[in-house]
Amino acid sequence: MIGLTHYLVVAAILFGMGVLGLIANRKNLIIMLMSIELILLAVNLNFVAFSAYLHDLVGQVFAMFVLTVAAGEAAIGLAILVIYFRGRGTIAVDDANRMKG
Amino acid sequence: MITIQLIVFLPLLAAIIAGLGNRAIGNVPAKVLTTGALFASCALSWPIFIHYLTGGDPYPVTQVFTWMKSGDLDVSWALRVDALTAVMLVVITSVSALVHLYSWGYMDEDPDQPRFFAYLSLFTFAMLMLVTANNLVQMFFGWEGVGLASYLLIGFWFKKPSANAAAIKAFVVNRVGDLGFMLGIFGTFLVFGTVSIPEILAQAPHMAGSTIGFLGYRFDTMTVLCLCLFVGAMGKSAQLGLHTWLPDAMEGPTPVSALIHAATMVTAGVFMVCRLSPMFETSEVALDFVVFIGAATCIFAATIGTCQNDIKRVIAYSTCSQLGYMFFAAGSGAYGAAMFHLFTHAFFKALLFLGAGSVIHAMHHEQDMRFYGGLRKKIPVTFWVMLIGTLAITGVGIPGVFGLPQIGFAGFHSKDGILELAYASGRGTGAFWVGILAALLTSFYSWRLMFLTFWGKPRWAQSEHIQHSLHDDHGHGHGHDAHAHDHHHDHAHGDGTGGYHPHESPWSMLIPLILLATGAVLAGFVFHSWFIEPDSGERFWRGAIAFNEHLYHAAHQVPVWVKLSATIVMLLGLLGAWMAYIWRTDIPARFTSTFRLLYDFVYNKWYFDELYDLLFVRPAFAFGRLFWKAGDEGLIDRFGPNGSAWVVSLGSRVTGRLQTGYVYTYAFVMLIGLTAAVTWAISQ
Repeated sequence: MIGLTHYLVVAAILFGMGVLGLIANRKNLIIMLMSIELILLAVNLNFVAFSAYLHDLVGQVFAMFVLTVAAGEAAIGLAILVIYFRGRGTIAVDDANRMKG
Repeated sequence: MITIQLIVFLPLLAAIIAGLGNRAIGNVPAKVLTTGALFASCALSWPIFIHYLTGGDPYPVTQVFTWMKSGDLDVSWALRVDALTAVMLVVITSVSALVHLYSWGYMDEDPDQPRFFAYLSLFTFAMLMLVTANNLVQMFFGWEGVGLASYLLIGFWFKKPSANAAAIKAFVVNRVGDLGFMLGIFGTFLVFGTVSIPEILAQAPHMAGSTIGFLGYRFDTMTVLCLCLFVGAMGKSAQLGLHTWLPDAMEGPTPVSALIHAATMVTAGVFMVCRLSPMFETSEVALDFVVFIGAATCIFAATIGTCQNDIKRVIAYSTCSQLGYMFFAAGSGAYGAAMFHLFTHAFFKALLFLGAGSVIHAMHHEQDMRFYGGLRKKIPVTFWVMLIGTLAITGVGIPGVFGLPQIGFAGFHSKDGILELAYASGRGTGAFWVGILAALLTSFYSWRLMFLTFWGKPRWAQSEHIQHSLHDDHGHGHGHDAHAHDHHHDHAHGDGTGGYHPHESPWSMLIPLILLATGAVLAGFVFHSWFIEPDSGERFWRGAIAFNEHLYHAAHQVPVWVKLSATIVMLLGLLGAWMAYIWRTDIPARFTSTFRLLYDFVYNKWYFDELYDLLFVRPAFAFGRLFWKAGDEGLIDRFGPNGSAWVVSLGSRVTGRLQTGYVYTYAFVMLIGLTAAVTWAISQ
């Protein structure tokens, strides 16, 4: 029987992968955007799992909102990425360090 | 009395206008204004003096306005004109007016004349404030005012580093004396509860014998006060110990040396002791000290005067020595004689200085007597007035013994008066012997100066100043200069003149010289009965100074040899100078090589400057460097501003390194932060 715990473990693994993708990724910014999506999906999975477990629809509604926001975020992120590429000619994470102190 | 206000404030007004107007009003108006103001002051001063000479009643004190009032302390600007002030008034205004006039010629080529004349007038104002003061604080104001003017005038040629150094030295050494004076004023206020001079003098006799406690010891009140005040007098009057500034002050223009460092300012100490004479009379110890310092200075400065080569320095040490005479006269109780010598000295010493200025002017600013010689025929007027000045300072005259009339030049009357009174006083008998010895040296160095300058063969050719002037002529080489230069070549330079022709000074310089020479001839003979004769003196001074009639009577009863001794040593000094500098000119060289150590000791001014350098200047520098390097830089700066700046910059460097600029670093930090925050929130 697949219980709540399994869902939460999967979500935690997804979340961890997302975080690792953000932090350990040195390649390009698109992977960072994908990692963020992954984190958001992990959160969504938690929402839905708890919603079903607690018999409360608010969790699922909230998951819908998160999906919407994630879509917007992806669109804006990609737009920034395109502009950024036009300006710098690269999307490598290691080159994006103009805030260095 | 409006007259005294005019006398005092006209010079101030002139100084303000000339000083602030400076370039805007131009040379001639500034000179006319200041000189005119001084001559007006002078013209107003003599009637006051004559009023006292003819036995007039003392003038009331003129209140100008209140200066400060706080509790018991009540200080007002008040002008006191008694016989003592009257004497000082004529000395100051006469010499100052003549020096102003003399400066027209002497400073003719100076680019900064309004400033010079403004300073001179400012000095005169401050000096007049000093002598008319009715309270100690006002006197101190004048005291500091003359110090300031002296500083400004010594450093008048501020582009000369030596002049600046001399000005600072004069100021700093005077500060030591001023500290004594200030302590004296504070102490006087503490003891008497007032700073008003008449009240202090009235109460002083009642205070004799009382004691004052300090640091657990009991001291005699009047002795402490008088010694403190006398330290002030020592500083201003360049007495032994605090004398080092006076010879250096000769860096200033010569008229300044004549006015400030010979005739007036340096006599302020003598004036102060005379003004407070009833106070000094209450303390035996203080009087002994005054006599000792006076006599020591007298002989000390005279020895140095005998081997200086700079004409102005010889006269400066001579001044120092003569001030010593005045002090030991005052210490012996003969305040009248001290004032008399001050009075005559002002004339003949100003004369000698201005005469030296005239010689310097003629010799193109050469001051070294070794490069003079044979000037008698070249500058005859200067020669004659200098001769009169020398006769006056060496005390040439007929002693009043064997029924002869006592008559002589100014210095004769006052110096003989001092020596006889010192002998008669008992306290000053030792000083009498010192004074006789100093009179011998005075005669020697004065005649040495005359012989080196005016007699003998010209020795001008070696002088750099003279060569410089000839070179200038050559460079310009046109008109009569070129002609003169050809003329030099015709004669060759074997006569020691180097082809230089000294020129007599202009009339603006000669007239003051001639007037002062008149004073140097007559001042002693005409005025001596008022100053130092028992009966007429009493009537003249009228309590302005402590006048001990018995002492003056006793001075008439001294043995014949006492009266003769000053004249005898004067002749011996003349003979010595004649032998060494006219008859056998190799004597000085042989003397110096035989007594090398003695000569070096005296020539180097008894190593006073070196001693002070070792005792005060170097330790002060060492302390300064210690506090600067170790205290200020090592401690305060290091742990204060520099330390905090170091911490800030280190902190910013460390935190700056955290800002990698990589997004993932920020994300990681955010994650850690978030985790920490959540953990903390949950654990609550």
